[in-house]
Amino acid sequence: MVSNVPLLSVRDLVVEFPTRRGMLRALDKVSFDIAEGEVLGMVGESGAGKSITGSAIIGLIEPPGRIAGGEVWLRGERIDNLSEERMRRVRGRRIGMVFQDPLTSLNPLYTIADQLIETIRTHADIGEKAARDRAIGLLDQVGIPAARRRIDDYPHHFSGGMRQRVVIALALAAEPDLVIADEPTTALDVSVQAQIIDVLKEICAERGAAVMLITHDMGVIAETADRVAVLYAGRMAEIGPVADVIKAAEHPYTRGLMGSIPTITQTGDRLTQIPGAMPRLNAIPAGCAFNPRCPEVMPRCRSERPELLPRAQGRQVACWLYAREGVRHG
Amino acid sequence: MGDALVRVEGLTRYFDVSKPWLNRVIEREPKAWLTAVADVSFEIRRGETFALVGESGSGKSTIAKMIVGLLPPSEGRIVFDGQPMAGTAGAAMRSLRRRFQMIFQDPFASLNPRWRVGDIIAEPIRTFGLASGAEVRREVGRLLEVVGLGAADAAKFPHEFSGGQRQRIAIARALSSKPEFIVCDEPTSALDVSVQAQILNLMRDLQDEFGLTYLFISHDLSVVRHMANRIGVLYLGRLAEVAEGKRLFREPRHPYSRMLLDAVPDLEMSGRRRKRVEGEIPNPIDPPPGCAFHPRCPLVADRCRREIPAPVPVADGMAACFAVEEGRG
Repeated sequence: MVSNVPLLSVRDLVVEFPTRRGMLRALDKVSFDIAEGEVLGMVGESGAGKSITGSAIIGLIEPPGRIAGGEVWLRGERIDNLSEERMRRVRGRRIGMVFQDPLTSLNPLYTIADQLIETIRTHADIGEKAARDRAIGLLDQVGIPAARRRIDDYPHHFSGGMRQRVVIALALAAEPDLVIADEPTTALDVSVQAQIIDVLKEICAERGAAVMLITHDMGVIAETADRVAVLYAGRMAEIGPVADVIKAAEHPYTRGLMGSIPTITQTGDRLTQIPGAMPRLNAIPAGCAFNPRCPEVMPRCRSERPELLPRAQGRQVACWLYAREGVRHG
Repeated sequence: MGDALVRVEGLTRYFDVSKPWLNRVIEREPKAWLTAVADVSFEIRRGETFALVGESGSGKSTIAKMIVGLLPPSEGRIVFDGQPMAGTAGAAMRSLRRRFQMIFQDPFASLNPRWRVGDIIAEPIRTFGLASGAEVRREVGRLLEVVGLGAADAAKFPHEFSGGQRQRIAIARALSSKPEFIVCDEPTSALDVSVQAQILNLMRDLQDEFGLTYLFISHDLSVVRHMANRIGVLYLGRLAEVAEGKRLFREPRHPYSRMLLDAVPDLEMSGRRRKRVEGEIPNPIDPPPGCAFHPRCPLVADRCRREIPAPVPVADGMAACFAVEEGRG
């Protein structure tokens, strides 16, 4: 195994949606890596491109949307240009998916056993009986009580939290290298949310699967992820180890975002407020997309787009503040 | 902060969730009732923010609807500034109605898409006869500026605004009748965090400026921590605990409050060890006997399985728990 090839490598990914009023760029040159067994958090506000990134990686962009540029590599193999047939083998087998609403991932007409066994047998050459045993083992692992009895129930027999456990079992059935979890706990109550995050994290760690965790909830990221990537208007603003990004964000947007989140351990008098709102995709300003809202805007930010630049401790940030420093010291 | 502006006494609400009559007859089933809110009592003091927290199905929104009169209580009563709401009618009710307003969760659903923003905001002004003619337009312009929009926005339609701006419009409308009390039902749940911060800051500024009293309903404990002076924790339609905000987060007394606070993902990454949360909320149509929380409670005793605990006064509020009452908590 070549250890310095990342598990997943996304390079300059561009996703476009043609509309009557012109081409919308939902993702604009997004690049990042996920290492083996790593949990990468993907955060941003609605419309920032979090979910589109997930869909693009597994080749599920709804037409007429399309990948208009860039590359996606899985274990050194390019997967963004595969045929639909070969992509289907990557999906499920090598990349598992967990979506926000467990009911969209489960077929209401089939029992949990039918769905799990089908998934297991599609990807592994084993018999019905062995697949059933493996399915029960999986349900046990994700914490479904009395799995042997409940496996023959239908999805509607389960509560929201239990259904999401089933979906996690389904995503892990083929022992994928990577699980993309898109807002896996957003539809759940807090007390159940913590359980699901724990299950997802533990079971992926046990199996050495990497996780790309897409969420708008910074609390979940703080407690779960190793690294975090911050998206803004379809572009990568900042990426780095989770503690660094949360405690000492470098990009002015990330700083504002962190300050705007109320926490349970302190009551500040006021929350930090970023003026305005994220631009619509058809009105992204020239230069840095954040410049009209940025408290530290410089003339250069209005005309030139900053690239994602490497910083200390494996951090990267797309902001001219740091490029200027680089010039001064270099 | 002093006397009670709103007092809720023994508030209870049942919903009929029976199957249709014919099915009941054929399947020989009795009527089924869901108790959404059971015997809830609390008071909201003038000028404070009182928050209700709880998971889905805990009865938060049902209580909000009963307080503003959108839903009649099955039992119990609501007293607004000394006047019981039930039994007040006609002109007295009209003048009472003007004094409280509500802000809803989804600003995409709560504003009529066919009305101009100016008409949406002016409706309560006209209904309560607070101004007329050109004065109305001036007042609408002033309200729009108060919530951080421009007077010229009155001529636009709701779809021309983002979610955060729409929530500002909803707030301007709520303020237009010059209320003293506003019920806010998950006012920022549909918004992104950076926009949420703008709205929460605005709501606090308005509270200081106009001396408003808020009932703030949310499932997000961090938001509640930021906004509330006092907090009531609901579980399956009953109040588990009422406490001052600071104390609840430092030292929750009810085992359910403790579990809920332990479960919140924390941005501070204090590395605190989370207790594993056990189980899920039971079905409210068939709640467990005794204390509804007992199947998940680490401090459960025999008595909890039989009797419903009564509120026990603690320093700055109450907790409905036998473990607290018996000093085991």
